[in-house]
This record gives sequence, C-alpha cells and structure tokens, in this order.
Amino acid sequence: MKTLDARLFQVGFQAILLTLGVLLRDFSLLPAQMALAIASTTLTQAFWLKVFKLKDVGYLSPLITGFGLSLLLRADSFWLHPLIACLAISGKFLIRIRGKHVFNPANFGIGLALLILPGAWVSPGQWGNDLGIAVWLIALGALVVQKARRDDAAWLFLGTFLGLTATRLFYLGYSLDRGLEILTHQALNGALLLFAFFMISDPMTLPDRTAARRLHVVLVAIAAFTWQFLFYRPNGALWALLCLAPLVPLWDFLWPGKSHNWHGNKPLQNIVATQGKMPR
Amino acid sequence: MKKLLALGALTVTFSAAQAFCGFYVGKADANLFNEASQVIVVRDGDKTVVSMLNDYKGELKEFAVVVPVPSVLQKGQINVGDKKIFDRLDAYSAPRLAEYYDPNPCDRPKMEMMRKDIAMSAAPASAPPSARVLGVTVEASYTIGEYDIVILSATQSDGLETWLKQSGYRIPANSAKALTPYVRQNMKFFVAKVNLAEQAKTGFSMLRPLQFAYESEKFMLPIRLGMANANGPQDLIAYMLTKNGRVETSNYRTVKMPANMDLPVFLKQGDEFRNFYKGMFGEQAKKEGFRAVFTEYFWDMGWCDPCAADPLSPDELRKAGVFWVNNPNADASSPPPPGQGRIMPRPPMPGGGAQPAMLTRLHVRYTPETFPEDLMFQETKDRQNYQTRYVLRHPAKVEANACPEAKPYLESVAKRQEQEAQQLATLTGGDINAIRSKLKLPPAPAQKPWWDGMWK
Repeated sequence: MKTLDARLFQVGFQAILLTLGVLLRDFSLLPAQMALAIASTTLTQAFWLKVFKLKDVGYLSPLITGFGLSLLLRADSFWLHPLIACLAISGKFLIRIRGKHVFNPANFGIGLALLILPGAWVSPGQWGNDLGIAVWLIALGALVVQKARRDDAAWLFLGTFLGLTATRLFYLGYSLDRGLEILTHQALNGALLLFAFFMISDPMTLPDRTAARRLHVVLVAIAAFTWQFLFYRPNGALWALLCLAPLVPLWDFLWPGKSHNWHGNKPLQNIVATQGKMPR
Repeated sequence: MKKLLALGALTVTFSAAQAFCGFYVGKADANLFNEASQVIVVRDGDKTVVSMLNDYKGELKEFAVVVPVPSVLQKGQINVGDKKIFDRLDAYSAPRLAEYYDPNPCDRPKMEMMRKDIAMSAAPASAPPSARVLGVTVEASYTIGEYDIVILSATQSDGLETWLKQSGYRIPANSAKALTPYVRQNMKFFVAKVNLAEQAKTGFSMLRPLQFAYESEKFMLPIRLGMANANGPQDLIAYMLTKNGRVETSNYRTVKMPANMDLPVFLKQGDEFRNFYKGMFGEQAKKEGFRAVFTEYFWDMGWCDPCAADPLSPDELRKAGVFWVNNPNADASSPPPPGQGRIMPRPPMPGGGAQPAMLTRLHVRYTPETFPEDLMFQETKDRQNYQTRYVLRHPAKVEANACPEAKPYLESVAKRQEQEAQQLATLTGGDINAIRSKLKLPPAPAQKPWWDGMWK
C-alpha cells in the first residue's frame, strides 16, 4: 500500500462519484463532454511532456484534472470542456514560479471558464444530501486506508470552514437543533466536499513547509467563508483557492521546505528546474 | 404529500408570498391558510425587484404580512402591482401540451401536422403564521394602495415579537426564534396590513401584489419564516427574470421536470392534463424527497415555441419589475395584445427583438425538515431553452383494410398507446389499469407464453 500513488485513490474516488452522479443524479453533464474533457487533458499533457522532453511523469494528473472538471463544470456546448481542459493543463506547465506550478489545474480551468467564457457554470447545489453522505463515507474510508497521510489539507479546510459556519449559525441565534440541521446541510454540499478532497488537498500547489501549508489552507477557508457568507456569493471555495494561489510562492520563499513528491520519481518541478527549460 | 392544490381555472396561479417570504400575521384566530405562493424576482447585479402575490382568503382586516428586507425601504421603492402580471407570467411559462395528428398512412404526401397547445399550471399549498414585536424602531410608515405599511428595525427578536403583540397582532409562539437570524443579520422588517378604507376605494375584491425594489448582495428568498406554522409541505412558484441565463438554487438541487414525452391523448379532455400535472409534480417531488427545486421553464422572454401564451410586452415586463427594459411609451411596435394565443412557433418579438429578459420558472414543494435554509440562488450562464411540454399524438382514422400500409400502422399505434399509458403511470405513480381502461386499451395485454408458436 505504501508504494501506491495516493492519486490512484483519487482517480478511483472521482470515477465512482461521476458514475453515481450521472446515473443517479441527472447531472446536466453529457458523457461526450466528459470524454472530451479527459481526452483533452491527456493529449495536452502528452503535448507538453513532449515539448519539454519530460520523462517519468505519468498521466494520473491529467486524469484527475479531467475528472475534476467533469465533476464541477457545466456547459451548454461541447467545445467548452475540451478547451478549458487544454487551458488548465497548459497552465500547469506554463504558469510556474521557481519551477512549481501556481494553480491547481482544475481550479484554474474553472476560474477561467466562469470569468471569460460564455455558457459555463458551476452548480454547487446539484449533488443533494445523499450523495454528500456518500462522499463523506468514501472519504472516511480512504482516510482509514491511507492511515492519515500528509494530506491533512482537506480535513483542515473542512474543519475551518465548517467551524466558521457553525460559529455564524450560533451568532445568528439559531437553536441547537436548527443550527445542526443547517450545518449538516452545508457539510453535505457535494461541491464543497469535492473541493476539499480533490482541489485544496493537491500538495503540488500548496506550500512545502507543513506550517505554511496549514496557514495557507486556513486562509483559503476563511476567504471562502467570507465570500460565501459575508458577501453571499456562490462557489466561495473555488474563488478563494484561485485568488490566494499566488501567495504560495511567497510562502515557499519565506519558509522553504521539501517539495512534495508523488511517487518517488523525481518530481516534475525538479526535472524542470535542472533542465531549466520551463518558463518561470 | 398532500395534494397539490386545486388548480383553478385555466390559469391557475399559485399565490405566493406570505408563505415564504414572510408570514401571515393574524389579528385573531382566523384560520389563516396559504395555498401556494407566487413570487417574481427580477435581478441584475445587486439590483432586485421582488413581487409577492398572496391568495389570502381570510378577513381582510386580519391580514398582515411580515417580510424581512435588506434595508429601510423608501416609499418610492414600494409599489402595489397588478395581479395580471402573475397571470401572464404563469400562462406564458406553464407546463403545456402539444398536439400532433398522425398523417393518414394511406395518404402519405399529405403530411400536414397540427398542433395545439394548452396551457395549464398547478399550484400548491399552505402555510402559516405571524410575529409580534417590541424594542423596535419604526423606521418609516406609508400608506400605499390598499396597504398600511411600516418598516421596522429591531435589535432583538424578542423585542420585535413584543412590539407586534402590543400592536395587536397575534403571532405564533415560535416567531421570535424564527425572526432571530434576520434580526441578527441586521435586516429590516416590512409589515403590511390592509387599510380597509383604501381597499374599498380600489374596488378590488382581492389583495393586489406588493412589490419592492432594493439593492442587496443576497440573491435569496426567505422561505423559512413562512414555515413557522406549516403543517405539511408548502409550494412556491418563483418566476426569476434575469438578463443572462438560467437561475438555479445554489444550496439545493435544481432539477428539470421530466418532460417532452408522448402521453395518452385523453389528457386533452377536461381537467385531465391539470390533474396529470398535479399528480406528476407530487410524485416527482416525493421521489426527490422534497429536497429539490424543479425547473418548469427557461426561455428568453422574446419568444416561445410553442407558445402557451404570448410573451410579455415591454410594458408588462416593466410592470413585473424588469427595470432594464425601455420605457414603453414611444413604441408603436409593441407585441400583440396578450391573448390566449397559442399556435406555432413565434418569431422573435417585433419591436427590435431586444427583450433581454430570461425567464426561469422554478417550482418547489418544501417542508421544514427538508429545506433547513432559505433558498439561495445564482444566475448561471446557461442559455439552453427548456420547457415542460408534453406531446399528444392523435392516430389517423383509418380502416385496417384501407390500404396495405394501414394494418402495420394500426399495430404500431396500439403499441404506442400502450407505451404512453405506461409512461403516464410511471410519471404519476398512477394505476396502469385505470389508464388502460380510460384509453379503452385491452386490459392487461395477454402475454403469449414464450413457447407459443415455437413449433409452427
């Protein structure tokens, strides 16, 4: 188990969720959109690997990005998913500071789509409570299997965000049971859980030093909460992660640490750094 | 779930408002009852115009409504609107039937097709109570139309409750609790009751809708307040008018009603379609565990296809609160008068086609347990039209021996009718045999044993 790449769990997890979602939940996602997204992330990855002559870098990452985009992004056309998938992966290769990519690819893609493209949206409420429960169960299961690895980010994020939500409910004067009902409802939001388990937990785009990583995750949670409950806008977590991503290089500069390494191979950024081929 | 409400005449409107956007406050023990609520929400950026229609049926002098609003509203921000606008929006966006006639199989070339649309709507149900107050500031008071309105701010919900009580309103015991979150969010309270003298002057027997215009970053409807007295599920129909795209809830599932399938032609008769839609809505809401919001319509207000009613004119849109539509004076090219028009696809509106309003019709049946939070919305960039439309296909009248094509045609019709009956039963959770007998289909079609004819 030790040698298994943690991302295998992610891919499996995402595949199950997509299947459940499309079968049971009538996601307004067409199978073709999903196929196009995944094909596009994979091809784009292959293209850039070739351009930069990188080896030992696999295809799990584009798979995760493709699934992530399919799970969260909705579109009223067929061209949007592949276009965004291509931009998301290209962003990973091209937007780098000190060899490390700045944005989580799926997060970057979704942000771009919402900001500049017509006919793209995210449906944060589409999951329903029962699927939310399923996500918690699978996530807890994965946690047990993985024996709480270093990806504490998801839990720290959820703890902070839901803690703030609970505090707000208390402050607003809800009775205990009403407050719990609402908190449970929030905690079962599928989009929030996806974000926690697939986006913010991506160690490649978090600070290297443990303390800095925790600080950053807490900041993202606070920003997400503020966006959602003080400014009343949807998708707080996505925007918070996107907008705060440029801080990560700063944290890494202030508190250098050991880069995350997925599978014991030389991490991409080291290869890039030694070859000096990647734009900074 | 209880039955959906009785759909009234052709255009049934669900009335809305109090039930969700606030609650009724009775001054006596009158039996206050909300059937379905209807609300129009117009929004662009933070600018919002909300219209609430109630179908309050009790004594007018006992009517009062409390609605949380984001700020102290000036007189010019409040208006008493016209119920017709709700009827028009309802008729335009209601679930509809489209009818087609099979061509006579012996007469191929004459493939004419007819189509007719019948509009209908359904409505829902019920709700509650009231509030009282004290320790409260009366920020403003106005008489507008038939309503006496006060805008209150409160520092504590207990105070608000006390004030309302002292002012003679009877409110349910749990009002303070329900009001607390709104008080703590620093919201103001719009309280309206009927000024009987003014009401008599209007000559209307029913209360006209209240409209407010305000700016708020919150795109939401406070349905929780109306649940204080709820017994059983309540219905709300919300007409959301926006500039860019479909509106959905951001904190609950928004799903499309099953639509666009062929159904038995008897739905055309009498109230059959109405009953079908009521039954289906109930069944689908139950299937979703009363946790989903249903989209019944989404279309650019400029046109429709087929049209259950004419699109709203710029003038009507303005009355509905669509503040970005140009002032209608000065236009000779306004759309045709609102008739119960129904016929083929309408081309984009005359008048330049500039009708930049998208209508999303949402219908939700909620219970206190399944909707723990107020409804929050977001406008998406989705522009794919959607309507709840059902198709009736009338078979051609032809004798089996009229031509060689006739027999296979009649067989296919029989098969199709059976499928339609099953579709109907599945959608509404109805009894397939009752449907078969209505259709005069043979009762359960006798299944031949699989081996029958095997040795021939």
